[in-house]
Parts: sequence; structure tokens; C-alpha cells
Amino acid sequence: MSETRELTCINCPLGCALTVTIDGDTVTVAGNTCPRGEAYGRKEVTDPTRIVTSTVPVDGGDIARVPVKTASDIPKGKIFEVMDAVHTARVKAPVKIGDIILSDVAGTGVDLVAARDVAAV
Amino acid sequence: MIDRDAILKKDHVGVLIIGGGPAGLAAAAAARKAGVDDILIIERDRMLGGILNQCIHNGFGLHTFKEELTGPEYAARFISQIRDLEIPYLLNTMVLSITRDKRVTIIGSRTGIRTISADAIILAMGCRERSRGALSIPGYRPAGVYTAGTAQRLMNIEGYQIGKRVVILGSGDIGLIMARRMTLEGAKVLTVAELMPYSGGLKRNIVQCLNDYDIPLQLSHTVVNILGKERVEGVTIAEVDASRKPIPGTEVTYDCDTLLLSCGLLPENELTRMLSANMSPVTGGASVDDLLQTDVPGVFACGNVLHVHDLVDYVSEEAALAGENAAAYVSGTYGKGSSDPIDVVEISTDGGVRYTVPQRIHVSRMRDSVTVRFRVADVYRDKTIAVYRGERCLSRRKTRVLAPGEMEQVKLEKKDLLGLTAAEGLRVVLESDTV
Repeated sequence: MSETRELTCINCPLGCALTVTIDGDTVTVAGNTCPRGEAYGRKEVTDPTRIVTSTVPVDGGDIARVPVKTASDIPKGKIFEVMDAVHTARVKAPVKIGDIILSDVAGTGVDLVAARDVAAV
Repeated sequence: MIDRDAILKKDHVGVLIIGGGPAGLAAAAAARKAGVDDILIIERDRMLGGILNQCIHNGFGLHTFKEELTGPEYAARFISQIRDLEIPYLLNTMVLSITRDKRVTIIGSRTGIRTISADAIILAMGCRERSRGALSIPGYRPAGVYTAGTAQRLMNIEGYQIGKRVVILGSGDIGLIMARRMTLEGAKVLTVAELMPYSGGLKRNIVQCLNDYDIPLQLSHTVVNILGKERVEGVTIAEVDASRKPIPGTEVTYDCDTLLLSCGLLPENELTRMLSANMSPVTGGASVDDLLQTDVPGVFACGNVLHVHDLVDYVSEEAALAGENAAAYVSGTYGKGSSDPIDVVEISTDGGVRYTVPQRIHVSRMRDSVTVRFRVADVYRDKTIAVYRGERCLSRRKTRVLAPGEMEQVKLEKKDLLGLTAAEGLRVVLESDTV
């Protein structure tokens, strides 16, 4: 039983329309014009990942919210679980860029980190 | 150490930079590295970094740093350079006026109103969004209509929730980014309508901001009515024909409380016009030479105030060049007072190339090579970008696809242009592939 998915490659402005067929353990990519399209199509159907960014409220800082991001990409299917966790977070100034805001966010094994400094006032 | 009080009292600087966003920061760092001791950045916001502060998404700096940074992280790289190089700046300070003899009047709560003269000025004021008023959308004027960038600032910096059910007009990158951002914060984005038959946004944003969340993009559609007197209660969208006129009978009304507008960016050139600098009607920015100098000697422009860029990496690169050139102007190394008109060649365009920046070059004075950036008028497949000196082709590059949303560039080599005259001409054109 094979499954077919239609994707748009994001590697360049060409935006190739990819047809990815999954047949058991075999994945075939068609419609790509270069190897990057093949790799993209394969990853998107086997292990799609994204970096998630948001903001978290800061108490006592020179700005009200600190931008945060997952330190690396997380499984695409976990985006909303990560956001649920982000919504529980609240930090105290000062914050330094790279500080861990939540470790192992939503069980992804990836930390949520600050994306800027916030000075205490 | 920077003497804060001395900055507040300054009445003359070597290089004055208007704007502390990505362009101003890169220009300042480059001018310092090129030997200018006396630099001052004027920034009207309460922090350096400009629009990058609210662009909390990732994807910045792939070209410059070979990694994917968020906007604030990209800004931080440049802000720490400004601190390390001890370049002074004034926050919460706005430029009121500017003169052709390079006197700039500023206003700020700490400086009061003062006038500072400069040997060179770099314009780095960035751009603004096209607003509802500029779009002529019919309907009431309820709360809940925002430009995408305003909504982005309210959400990401001020921490407000903007709305719960959202329609977005325009598929510019900020609108796409906000579609994802609002979805992640619990809003329902019903649709993105785009007047043109193609999106003005990057492919990557269409896929990762719309497709990932099943948000439909309707090309050749526009908003024909906004409903609701106090708050937006609905937005009516219709399909448009080839002349972009709404087709009667295609109207669909969406029940929503928010309309975001992402319909293009306009360089913010009030000060440039105050200088009576020669402007490009196509870019909306100043017309500049190969040094990124306006036709007012010693006044340079870079970043989105010069022409709207697709990637911040190119803003930084362009601005660094403006900073180096301003430094050379101040030290008298080149450019100063030398505008032998025989030597100036305007770059002409054809075949879908809408403009070039720079618009003209001084051949005898130019650097060994000059990067010429441009945008195209439509989506083109299998075109060749060619540069001609008179009838002679200097370079050709085949492309698979060109789109208005992406900036393109060609490099001009000085060795190819020696002896070039205005009569001979220099052209950047798109040609159809003859193969």
C-alpha cells in the first residue's frame, strides 16, 4: 500500500512541485530538478522538523517580553505541544541571549533558549 | 569608554548615521573599521536593531553567518560590534530636518533640539508598510485592521493578542510570517488573499507559514469590503480579473475580527526629499552612484530606505559598503568633489528589469568591481540576465526562474568598463533563452 504526497520544495525560488511516494520503507521523490529537492522531499515525509520561535513574558526587564526559540529543530508534529509549554513560561530579568528558558521542552530533548538580552531595571 | 555627556553636546561629527537598524549598524561598524573616529548613530526607537527586534522568527543570516538566526539574534551580532567599537548612538532621538550642507537637526528628550553638522551622512531610515489608506479599501473603519508589521510589533514586543479570527490581505513575507505567528498563539487564520497571480513572499514562507498550517492562499483575490462599525465583524473577498478588477458574483464574506495588510513596503524618504536629492520613481529611494552616494555629495544611502530588500544579509552587505565609502569620502581618499560628468554612466534596463541600484557609475573612480542589484517585473522562466556595454555583451547568466519578490544581482568589473562613455551606454537586460 503506497502513499503519495505533493510538496513544494523550499530550497530555491524555483519551488519545484515534488511528488513523494512512500511504499513501505521505500521513498521516491519525483518532480525535483536537483539533489536538494530529493533530500528535502525525503526528509519532509520521513522526519519533518521545524525551529519554533515565540516570546515569553519577562518580569522586571527593560522590555516586556523576551523572544525565544528552540535551540535546534524539533519534530513538526510537536509544534503545538512546544507552544503549550512556551505559554507556561515566565522569566525574571536579567536574561542573556542563549539562556535556557525551558529545558527539554515538551519532551523533545531540545531546550527553549532566549534570543536576546533583557536587562533588569 | 564612551563619554555619554560629550555625545549629548556634540555639534560636529565625521559620519552621522540616520537609523540604528540593520543598515545603520552595518554602515557604522564598517565606517569605524575604515578609520572614522567620529561617528554618531541617531535612532528614534528605544533600542538599536530596528525592525529585527520584532522579527522573532528564524531564517536570518544564512548568507552572512552560515547559520539560521532569529531577527533579534542577527541584530545582536551587529549591536555587540557597535559596543566593541565604542560607536556612540542616541536613542529616542529623531531627525527633524536635514540640509544639503549636511546640517541635521535632531530632537530627543535628553538632547533637546540641536543641530549637528557632519562631513558625511548615511541615510539608513528603512521603510514603512503600505497602509489601508494607501490601498483604498472600501468599508467601515472599525478597530481590528492592522498592517502586518504593526500587528507583529504589538504581539512580539508589546505582548498583545491581536485577534482570534484573521483574514490577511497580501502575501508579502511579513503577512505570511504573521499568519504562522497568530496560528501558534491560538488564532484561526482563515485565508490569505493576494491581488497578484503570484505571491510576493519567499517560497519557504509559503510552505512553512501557510501550508504547514493548512491556511489557504487565494491568488488573484482582494478585499472588497470590511464589515463592522466598532470592531471588524467580517471581510469580503472577491476574485479579480486580469486587470485586477473584482469580478462581480465571486464575493465571499469571512466571519472574522481582524484584517492584516501585507501589501508592500515603501522606503521612508521624507528626509531625502527634504534634501531635494534626486529620487528613483521605481524604487522610491534616492538615485545613487557606485559609491551608494546620492546626488548630494557626501550623503550616502543604504538598506531599505534605498530600495526594499528581500534578505537582511544584503542590507548588511550594502550598508557596509556605504560605510566604507563614507569613510573614504571623509578622509578624501576618493569620491570627494570628483564628479567629472563625462565619466558618469547611467545604467539602463530592459526586458523586465525594473531598476538597478546603483543607478549610475563613475567608471574611472569605481572599485575593481561593483555589485548591481535589481528586481524584475513579473515571474519569468528560463531567462538570461545579460549586461551590455554598447552592443558588446559583458556577461550572461541563465536563470531557471525569476520572481518580483526576490532581488537579483550582477557584478560589474572595472576592467571591462575602462573608457566607457555615456554615449556607448551600459545595460542590464533579461533575454529569452534561444536554445
